[in-house]
Amino acid sequence: MLWYVIRRLLLIIPTLLGLTVIVFAIARLLPGDPVGLAAGPNATPEVIASVAAEFGLDKPIPVQYWNYLTGLLQGDWGVSLFSRRPVIDDLAEFVPATLELVIAALLIAVIVGIPLGLLAAIRRDGIFDYLTRTVSLGAIAMPRFFLGLLLQLAFAMALNWLPLSGRFPLIEFPPDRITGFYTVDAILIGDWHALGLALQHLALPALALSLSPLATILRMMRASTIEVLQQDYILTERALGIPPWIILFKYTLRNAVSATLTVIGLYVSWLLGGTVLVETIFDWPGIGLYSTQAILGQDFMPVIGVTLVIAMIYLVTSVIVDILQAVLNPKVRLQ
Amino acid sequence: MALLDISDLHLSMRSFEGETPILKGIDLTVERGQIWGLVGETGSGKSLTGLTISRLLPSTTAHYTGGQVLFDGKDVLRASDRDMRALRGGRIGMIFQDPTTNLNPSFRIGTQMVDAALHAARDKPEILGLTGRESRRARRRTAWQASVALLESFGLHDAEDRMPRFPHEFSGGMRQRVLIAMAMIGQPDLLIADEPTTALDVSVQSQILRLIHRLVEERNIGVMFITHNLGVVAQLCSHVAVMYRGRIVERGPVSKVLKAPEHIYTRALMGAIPTARARMDTLRGIDGPLRDRIEAEIAATAKEVTA
Repeated sequence: MLWYVIRRLLLIIPTLLGLTVIVFAIARLLPGDPVGLAAGPNATPEVIASVAAEFGLDKPIPVQYWNYLTGLLQGDWGVSLFSRRPVIDDLAEFVPATLELVIAALLIAVIVGIPLGLLAAIRRDGIFDYLTRTVSLGAIAMPRFFLGLLLQLAFAMALNWLPLSGRFPLIEFPPDRITGFYTVDAILIGDWHALGLALQHLALPALALSLSPLATILRMMRASTIEVLQQDYILTERALGIPPWIILFKYTLRNAVSATLTVIGLYVSWLLGGTVLVETIFDWPGIGLYSTQAILGQDFMPVIGVTLVIAMIYLVTSVIVDILQAVLNPKVRLQ
Repeated sequence: MALLDISDLHLSMRSFEGETPILKGIDLTVERGQIWGLVGETGSGKSLTGLTISRLLPSTTAHYTGGQVLFDGKDVLRASDRDMRALRGGRIGMIFQDPTTNLNPSFRIGTQMVDAALHAARDKPEILGLTGRESRRARRRTAWQASVALLESFGLHDAEDRMPRFPHEFSGGMRQRVLIAMAMIGQPDLLIADEPTTALDVSVQSQILRLIHRLVEERNIGVMFITHNLGVVAQLCSHVAVMYRGRIVERGPVSKVLKAPEHIYTRALMGAIPTARARMDTLRGIDGPLRDRIEAEIAATAKEVTA
């Protein structure tokens, strides 16, 4: 088991290496003139040349790639052409914000979706089942930004229960940085006031982001529970007189969750890519907002950095999902 | 009082097209020490009769339109769900056809067996020698030891080492032994075996049959053995009931029914058994004119009864 985990983690390295080649090539070979944009509209050829030299962009592309790669390993992820800030510093600030949002959305989706899916399956074709099926279809179909706007209208504008946007009140100081996750940091230093504020700001964007995965997890859980309940071994367990609640919560749940788990894992990457719109609407300072600005400005170092981070999170998630899968499903353990 | 007394059982199944009658008046009595073979072609209602005794058919589709199923004098069709759960495992054991799909793949054999034992012991604490005052851990340990002992006696060697393993680490014959042990750990009075050897090869099949035979001799239980295999019936069963389209057309001691079958369908069924020397063109099924004659004879006997 331990060997399996180590092997899976080691396989991440060549994948990431290959990814740097592809992303670097795409970012550098795309038409456009990032140096000219960075130097400004009135820059003389001499100024443009000096900017290019400053960022090492006057060298051949393979040399640029090699410099980038060796820098990457030393923690130097390049410099933004516009802010002139190191990309690694920006990422350290924006990645935790996005991850906090994604994890919160995923937690809502899993905690609500799995029990509701189970309930819909055991009350199959009942009122609750029809209701959740209809509502979840709508939830999957509804665009996230539209849902975000509706939530803002209802809970921020009309009811005034929650803040409209942002990650923390502008007039207050966020908790001291330990992990970069405001909620976690607030708990770590025991600042309950800050925790409350962070959660208030987190609630609406997390909800807007969670609804689609919630509905998918619910439907997946319903389908896999129904399938498991039709298996021969469930009939055998019933024939042995084992009470229905043990059959459901012990013997059915594990098999059904194992099928749903794959979907949950795939949703992590979907959410990471899907935060852009939600972050824009809620003015959430995460990698979605950051990469949008970078892409529009042809600021390719941040673009490459963000892509690599998302890829890394995705690869680690898939390893975690596989490990959980092996814990739940003994047949996987052998392979 | 008979252990199991089914009389005039009628069952219909609901579907989108309406209700279809499946069982049309089953009468069958099983005493302790008897092994009844229930034979008949696919779709004749053998398995549904077996599932009805434990009332395992979904109440949304299965609709009992008449008759009663008395187990130890109590009508299972009118018993509460709670009483039925106590009967299942504790007094009626069941084993099914395919040992590869009847064990939960995600749980250790030991976990599944201990749960079966503990639920049987809830109503019959004496089977594990429990007083009811033990801790949860002590009860599970006792159930574990009882399971190991039963598996060993059923010919599963090194049961102690095999208990923490998963079903996919077992062969088909071993899994069927485990399933029989799970059905028998509650020391039931009636064992319903729904084609338990169909998915096994011949040598394992005979071991399983010998095991069932031994259980009847040692514990004096009643067995209902559902199969299409008349050879197995001849080897194992004391009695046989032949089913055709939801009715029992002939019943009696195996020696009598298989030697001198009275009903035309029983004769047709036995005629359909291929011999080692049979060629493709000499294989006999039951179709066309033969089926018409069977239908006509059944219609005639039904008229006699009502007249």
